[in-house]
Amino acid sequence: MCLAVPGKVLSCAGADVLDRTARVNFGGVVREVSLAFVPEAAVGDYVVVHAGFALTRLDEAEAAKVLAELAALGEPAAPEGGADEVR
Amino acid sequence: MRYVDEYRDAVGVAALAREIDRAATRPWTVMEVCGGQTHAIVRFGLDELLPARVTLVHGPGCPVCVTPVELIDRAVALAATPGVTLCSFGDMLRVPGTRGNLLAVRAAGGDVRVVYSPLDAVRLAERHPDRQVAFFAVGFETTAPTTAAAVVQARRRGLGNFALLVAHVLVPPAIEAVLAAPANRVQGFLAAGHVCAVTGYEEYEPLAARHGVPVVVTGFEPVDIRRGMLACVRQLEAGRAAVENEYARVVARTGNPHARAVVGEVFRVVDRRWRGIGTIPRSGLALADGYAAFDAERRFPLATVTADEPAECIAGLVLQGSRKPTECPAFGTRCTPEHPLGAPMVSSEGACAAYHRYRRPQPAGVS
Ligand code: SF4
Repeated sequence: MCLAVPGKVLSCAGADVLDRTARVNFGGVVREVSLAFVPEAAVGDYVVVHAGFALTRLDEAEAAKVLAELAALGEPAAPEGGADEVR
Repeated sequence: MRYVDEYRDAVGVAALAREIDRAATRPWTVMEVCGGQTHAIVRFGLDELLPARVTLVHGPGCPVCVTPVELIDRAVALAATPGVTLCSFGDMLRVPGTRGNLLAVRAAGGDVRVVYSPLDAVRLAERHPDRQVAFFAVGFETTAPTTAAAVVQARRRGLGNFALLVAHVLVPPAIEAVLAAPANRVQGFLAAGHVCAVTGYEEYEPLAARHGVPVVVTGFEPVDIRRGMLACVRQLEAGRAAVENEYARVVARTGNPHARAVVGEVFRVVDRRWRGIGTIPRSGLALADGYAAFDAERRFPLATVTADEPAECIAGLVLQGSRKPTECPAFGTRCTPEHPLGAPMVSSEGACAAYHRYRRPQPAGVS
C-alpha cells in the first residue's frame, strides 16, 4: 500500500496550493495527480506518486549518483536484456 | 520505465550481492519493515542470493494485515448500513472479519466501492449528496497525508456527507515493539522508503541510538534493496548503529513539510491495536477534535466487537519476523488467497500472499 511510482509531469493546473494538479505520465499511462504536497513541481520533473498525490520530486542528481556507483562496482555496463530477466 | 527499470538491472543486483558476501564476516539478521519491500524481495528472490550468514526477516509493514479485526467488522457494518457508500482500497475487500468481509456485503447488495485515491471518495460524496460516503482510511505514514488532504477538501467544500473510518498506523512504534519482543533476533532494519518520503528519518535517530541498531532508509527496486542491505551489513560489521539514507533520490531528512503539516492538523496520535500483535502505545492516528465531525465511528452506531483470530493463523509471528509464512501449518492448504484464514494471505503486501504467489512451499526453517 505504501508503493509509490515515479512519473513525469506533463502539465500543471490550478493556482491555489490545495487544488494544484498535474497530468503525470507513468510509462505511457497518464493520470491526474494532486500537487498539494509538492506545489513546486514543474513540467518535466519526475514526481513520486501514491494514492493520487505526488509525495516528492525525484532528485535526478541523486538518482544518477547511484547508477554511477553501480557501474563503478567493476562491472561492464548491463548487457542487452539484463534488465528484462527480472521484470 | 524511467527510474524503475535501471534499478532492476540484474548485473548490478548480482554485483551488490557479491559486495554483501564480501562485507559479511559474521551472521546477521536484518528486517525489512515494509510489506512492499517484502513483495519485491520474494518476487525477485533477493534473499536467495544472500550469503547464508545474512538472514532477512519480514516485518509488520502491511497495513492491511495489521488492521484489527474489530475495525474490519465496523467497516462491514458500515457498508451494510442503508444509505451508506463505503469506499476502500481494493486490498481490504477480502480481509476476513468475524462476520464476513466487504466483498460479501457487496455481493449482498451493499454499496462498496474500490477507489485509487481518497479524493475519489470526496468526489463521490460531492456527486451524491443524498448518500453518506465513508472512506476506510487504512495505511501507514505514506497514506495518512492523502486521507488528511481529502478530509480538508471535504470540509472546505462543506460536504456533511463525507466521513472517515480511520485505521492509520505508524512505523516507529512498531519497530520498538519488534525490538521489545523477548524472542527478538533482529539486529538491523531497512526502513520503508515511502514512509520516510513523508516523515523524513529524524525520528529514527534516537531509536537507532537507544537500541544500538542500524536503520537504513531503503527503496523498493532490487538495486535499492540490495544497497540498503549492504549499508546495513557494513554498519553491523563496524559496530555502528546510525540512520543512513540509501534512497536519497526520493527521501529528504525532514521528509515532506506540506504532508507532515496536514497530518498534524487533521490527526492525533493514539494507542492502537495491531491485528495479531496486540496494542502498541502511540502507534495509530485518530481524527483530531477539530475534525471529529468527520469521524464515521461517531456519526454511525458501530458496535464494538472484540474478536479472536482463528487459532490456526500465526499472522502475529509472521508479522514480527519470527516465522516464515511457509512455517504456518495452514499455508497453501487451509489458507489460500481464495479462502484466507488471515489477512497476510490477502493483502498485496502480506508476506503469506507473496510466498504463495512467488514461491513454492519449502521445508520449515529455510530462509
Ligand atoms: S498462511 Fe494464512 S493462516 Fe498461516 S499465518 Fe499466513 S494468513 Fe495466517
